[in-house]
Amino acid sequence: MQARASTAAPPGRSARAWTPGPAVFRWLWRIVWLACLVPLAWLAFGAYADLLGANPIEHITRATGDWTLRLLLVTLAVTPLRQVTGWHWLVRLRRMLGLYAFFYASLHLLTYLWLDQFFDIEGIVKDIIKRPFITIGFGAFLLLLPLAATSTNGMVRRLGGRAWQRLHKLVYVVGILGVAHYWWLVKKDLTEPILYACILATLFAVRLWHARRLRAHVAAQTT
Amino acid sequence: MLIKRPADIVPSDITPRALFDTRRDFIRAAGLGAGAALLGGLPGVADAQGKRGDKLGPLVKSPFSTDEKLNDYEDITSYCNFYEFGTDKSDPSKNAHRMSTRPWTVSIEGLVQKPRTLGIEEVLKLAPLEERIYRLRCVEAWSMVVPWVGLPLSVLLRQVEPLGSAKYVEFTTLADPKTMPGVRSAVLEWPYVEGLRLDEAMHPLTLMAVGLYGEVLPNQNGAPMRLVVPWKYGFKSAKSIVKIRFTDKEPLSAWSRAAGREYGFYSNVNPDVDHPRWSQGRERRIGEFSKRKTLMFNGYGDQVASLYTGMDLRKYY
Repeated sequence: MQARASTAAPPGRSARAWTPGPAVFRWLWRIVWLACLVPLAWLAFGAYADLLGANPIEHITRATGDWTLRLLLVTLAVTPLRQVTGWHWLVRLRRMLGLYAFFYASLHLLTYLWLDQFFDIEGIVKDIIKRPFITIGFGAFLLLLPLAATSTNGMVRRLGGRAWQRLHKLVYVVGILGVAHYWWLVKKDLTEPILYACILATLFAVRLWHARRLRAHVAAQTT
Repeated sequence: MLIKRPADIVPSDITPRALFDTRRDFIRAAGLGAGAALLGGLPGVADAQGKRGDKLGPLVKSPFSTDEKLNDYEDITSYCNFYEFGTDKSDPSKNAHRMSTRPWTVSIEGLVQKPRTLGIEEVLKLAPLEERIYRLRCVEAWSMVVPWVGLPLSVLLRQVEPLGSAKYVEFTTLADPKTMPGVRSAVLEWPYVEGLRLDEAMHPLTLMAVGLYGEVLPNQNGAPMRLVVPWKYGFKSAKSIVKIRFTDKEPLSAWSRAAGREYGFYSNVNPDVDHPRWSQGRERRIGEFSKRKTLMFNGYGDQVASLYTGMDLRKYY
């Protein structure tokens, strides 16, 4: 898919874009890998040192939710960023970012199931059915499952690039559901959900703008 | 925990104690660079009762107090909903120090025989101050046990001789954009308004709180005087009150105005009537790991259930 994008991209941009060498990329990869663990490390330290405030469970629920959403948006930013900067190597970080989003989503769900509901199945089922924001959040998590399950090289091969890409378009839906989940749960202050919604909309706009440019470019070449 | 519950103080101790406390305040303010002491004038014996940390004793014990385990002073004063200072629960403790609570007056008006404006010093002298240890249940499904200091609201309300036509009491709180950063954002309509039915306002459980843990109320908890209505969700207990008005119409509270389907006028704690978006069946007591069941009227049913006989509490939520 990388090849397809670079051959079709407008000339003059991707050719000159900076690309890290293999050694530099390895370091970049490690830094991103560690950086994604910082929020978890911070929570663990905060829980140990009693820095999470009067309601630590609420703090953990919010933090894991925040980081799920942030990492989802970062993952969704890879393609637009590539399109704008020509840094196609970014795509090689995307799987890790997506899996981290899934990782924090799992922690978020686990916090809810365990620390909030104490695995009270009846209460959980009622909550999921009755509370729209929980329904949406749970739905978003379910949609993430096939994406995480098909994230290995083997699965990409088995599905074939095209089917795999089509399946992974689900991440857009997850992004929208994630923002809606947050929007719906806040009591009154919508500042942060609006911020996330704006970022998501911007990322979509860049994609659309780029697709349009690409079509015009292809049309100009074929005529 | 920084502050222990006060020992009973004999009257002859009060003056040296106050002097000592103001001195400590001055050192603390200087140490924090808070500047609050300078803005409000250097602390003297005259306004000793206006500063955070000043003791309010001696206090009368109340039969309404619960013997449940108290929440820490630290938790009570750092985990607050006071949107005038920001919507995050840690915002009030960071921002509220800029509010000046001296001088402070509350105007009591509306359908009354003798409208009056009382200074906070007068309010403090209306009745012997009581310690009331109440459960506080937030609409967000968490709760605390708080040792308030205050006087029955009814004592204050009787000062103005309400007319027979008065059916409700409306409370208006301070909205000062200069010292309250949250007021500059339109998250709620300012000033914050709350209301009670007259019989709820006159109920012996309903408290006008002026202190916490035996000391002057910290700003982030609604200084210098705030309502405490323990059988209703926390947002009914308006903070930093400047006006009390008797009316014949049900007041429109700030939260009802913002989202009437979610926050009704009564807002009694009720495990059977859920918030449209979350369950009210259980609550997390701050400091505890597992959740506990929420009690009807927050456990004050024996005292207040009779106020609502014959009312459909699903309709009048």
